[in-house]
Amino acid sequence: MLHIFKPDLKIDFVSKFKWGIFFSLFLIFLGLASLIVKNGFKVGIEFKGGTALILQVKNNLGTGEVRSLLEKSNYFKHMTIENYGNTNGQYLIEIPISKVNNDILNAEIAKAFEKYGPGSYQILKVNVIGPKIGSDFAKKAIIAVVLSLLGILIYIAIRFKFNFAVASVVSLVHDVLITLGFLSLFNYELTLDVIAALLTIVGYSVNDTVIIFDRIREKLRNNPKLSKIDAINMGISETLSRTVITSGTVIVVTLILFLFGGSVLRGMSFALLVGFITGTYSSIFIAPPVLFLFKGPLLPEAKKQEVASEEMFKRSYKIE
Amino acid sequence: MKQSDWFKLVLVIVVFVIFGAYAVDAFLPQQTLENLPSFMPKKVINLGLDLKGGTHLTLEVETDKAIAGILQQAADNLKKQFDNSKIAYNTVEVNAKKTSIDVTLMDPNDINRALDLIQSNFGNFETKTVNNSIIMTLKPKIALSMQKEAVNQAVGVIRNRIDQFGVAEPTVVTSGSRDIVVELPGISDPERAIKLIGQTAVLELHLVDDSVNVENALNGQLPPDDEVLYQIIKNPTTGEITKVPIVVKKAPVVTGSMIKKANVSFSSQTNQPVVSFELNSQGSQAFAQFTSTHVGKRLAIVLDNTVYSAPVIREPILNGSGEISGDFTVKQAHDLAIVLRSGSLPAPVKVLEKTVIGPTLGKDSIKSATLAIIIGSIAVFLFMVVYYRLFGLLADFALMFNLLIILGTLAMLGATLTLPGIAGMALTVGMSVDTNVLIFERIREELFHGRTPKDAVELGYDRSLITIIDTHITTLITAFILYQFGTETIKGFAITLAIGLIANMFTAITFTKVIYDALFSNKSLKKLSI
Repeated sequence: MLHIFKPDLKIDFVSKFKWGIFFSLFLIFLGLASLIVKNGFKVGIEFKGGTALILQVKNNLGTGEVRSLLEKSNYFKHMTIENYGNTNGQYLIEIPISKVNNDILNAEIAKAFEKYGPGSYQILKVNVIGPKIGSDFAKKAIIAVVLSLLGILIYIAIRFKFNFAVASVVSLVHDVLITLGFLSLFNYELTLDVIAALLTIVGYSVNDTVIIFDRIREKLRNNPKLSKIDAINMGISETLSRTVITSGTVIVVTLILFLFGGSVLRGMSFALLVGFITGTYSSIFIAPPVLFLFKGPLLPEAKKQEVASEEMFKRSYKIE
Repeated sequence: MKQSDWFKLVLVIVVFVIFGAYAVDAFLPQQTLENLPSFMPKKVINLGLDLKGGTHLTLEVETDKAIAGILQQAADNLKKQFDNSKIAYNTVEVNAKKTSIDVTLMDPNDINRALDLIQSNFGNFETKTVNNSIIMTLKPKIALSMQKEAVNQAVGVIRNRIDQFGVAEPTVVTSGSRDIVVELPGISDPERAIKLIGQTAVLELHLVDDSVNVENALNGQLPPDDEVLYQIIKNPTTGEITKVPIVVKKAPVVTGSMIKKANVSFSSQTNQPVVSFELNSQGSQAFAQFTSTHVGKRLAIVLDNTVYSAPVIREPILNGSGEISGDFTVKQAHDLAIVLRSGSLPAPVKVLEKTVIGPTLGKDSIKSATLAIIIGSIAVFLFMVVYYRLFGLLADFALMFNLLIILGTLAMLGATLTLPGIAGMALTVGMSVDTNVLIFERIREELFHGRTPKDAVELGYDRSLITIIDTHITTLITAFILYQFGTETIKGFAITLAIGLIANMFTAITFTKVIYDALFSNKSLKKLSI
């Protein structure tokens, strides 16, 4: 049998929580600093309205050259340009105009590339977003994130207790904050796909947290005299190999998506990658410490059972 | 095996066969599909625009304007009825915001008669009286249903136009309360499509009122039943565009709703493309009657409030046909004919968003996303077999089964596979591994605590169950919210994720266990291959 950890592994995680909290605060601070320095998020035109086009250019033209070719046109006066994904010669160009006629746009681009001939470029995608629908998207995105956090809060409060629900949501907010910070640090744009990724992170991270909480709950049910510290340490330690294996596979799959998934999925897979890593980390180092903030027992006092639960298991499975 | 296990085994086989049939059909070429026996589902999975290229439009129906039109009609109607009932009024007009009809009466004593008349003949309105004026507003429920009606009508008209334009597999659906999403696969000339779809196309023939001096009319000396419209004339040599004002009678002689046929033909004089139309019997009758009494007068052909031409009526037109000439290209004339045949939009539409995706981007995307999934899956498959051996192999089969169910369900629902949808599938692969690992780790723990292999497996599955349900439900909550609030592409992601999660509960909990039971439950194992 291959093992990553010894089956009876017990690590004292609780004593290391303070380092984890410091580390997280540092990362969140880093993200905030990046946001302040860069003057807020790079927001995709989905949220602010405007026109985005993806251009495939031949002749090894660099960003500067493409910019100087296009800037002569009035349409492109206030354009931004950057490499799209890591594909050679693909550029994402955004202009803050949302009243765009595609025919005129095509003609302007053709004029700009005149000296290289008509085959020297190809318009891969044009996306025009009106300002109204843009603010609609932003509103919907915020509502979606808040509602899903609320849904999770309620579900866990019902299944466990309020303290567990708060702990999960704190760690989820932590994951979202760090992911947003990294998106800003690495110059990724906030687009609809990235918002979808954030929601997925929320879903996945809560998954990890719930598995550890479930084990803590089970430990306490089997032995109600267990101290908080022991229950949490055992809960995390016993599920550690599962945490490492599944997080490992999910992270590897996302990494592959990030590396080979093509430029269209790049922003989304970057957010997923960061989010999955912080999600795994926060379910160990952020969610459990929050439980200590609540006084009193972790779980409501169990009803007096006639037999210990371990005994019940043995009976129901006819185990000797 | 127990009886309940046999039941589960049968269930697994049934699910496998049904979803397998759908999933396999989804990828067969059309020709092979036709030769399949009739019991096969023969449904294909549609690819989203991001994968095959095309034009995506979000349109807003300006329903306020439809309501304004309805109010105007009601106001005109009310005036007539007041006249008939001898109720004298100062004003009956739609207010500036186009939300109500404001009525002021000459004689305050008429107010009850006026209210009775409104209540009995204008049931859709609510009234409020202030001094001797009445404010009429549409009942909120009625206004809402009229808006809905306008959007539905617009969808019908747009679909009709696109069908006649000739686009394969277009999508025209409502989104939210007044938006319409249009997807046109493979369209490379979006502006033409937008013009075709977005033209309101209200055609009306108005009598030109030559008795009024145009200069005076522009200075405000306009008879109450006249209006000023403009004809756009392009100078053929300089290309200069001038707007010529023309005074016409407000009430149209014939409207576009009376058009039976519309086709492109060529003018016998200029050889320019024109749109010839033919009216239905009601329209031809009105037209014949009108033209016989107005020979020598001019008739303005007005499309969307712009005069196209204003020819002189030389003789009565009895066959109900006419033509619209303008500075058309053949394409423009062709599109105009389509628009006239398919009827006018109940309200103008505004383009909120348009996306044009070239076919190469889609192909590249499919290639790289597929590659990513294949590499990811192989890595995961190998790891599972190396780490968990026989159970790992079982998990791998569960994974494939899971993908089969997702693809089968997509085909069954007639859903569209988009790029984020593929990402959702990749994520499901990850979630699926998670569930299996959770169970297997638990089995290993139970073995470590000295249980027999058989007990360890039973306990492993049983104790993981509650955790699996908790984790899947929380993730389903987010998938559900994503679907509710997302745009089309994000919906694709949410759908595959949700199907994957549900499928995963079935494959990881039921499928692997049943196969294990079928293989080993009657043997007494000394060691587990885990």
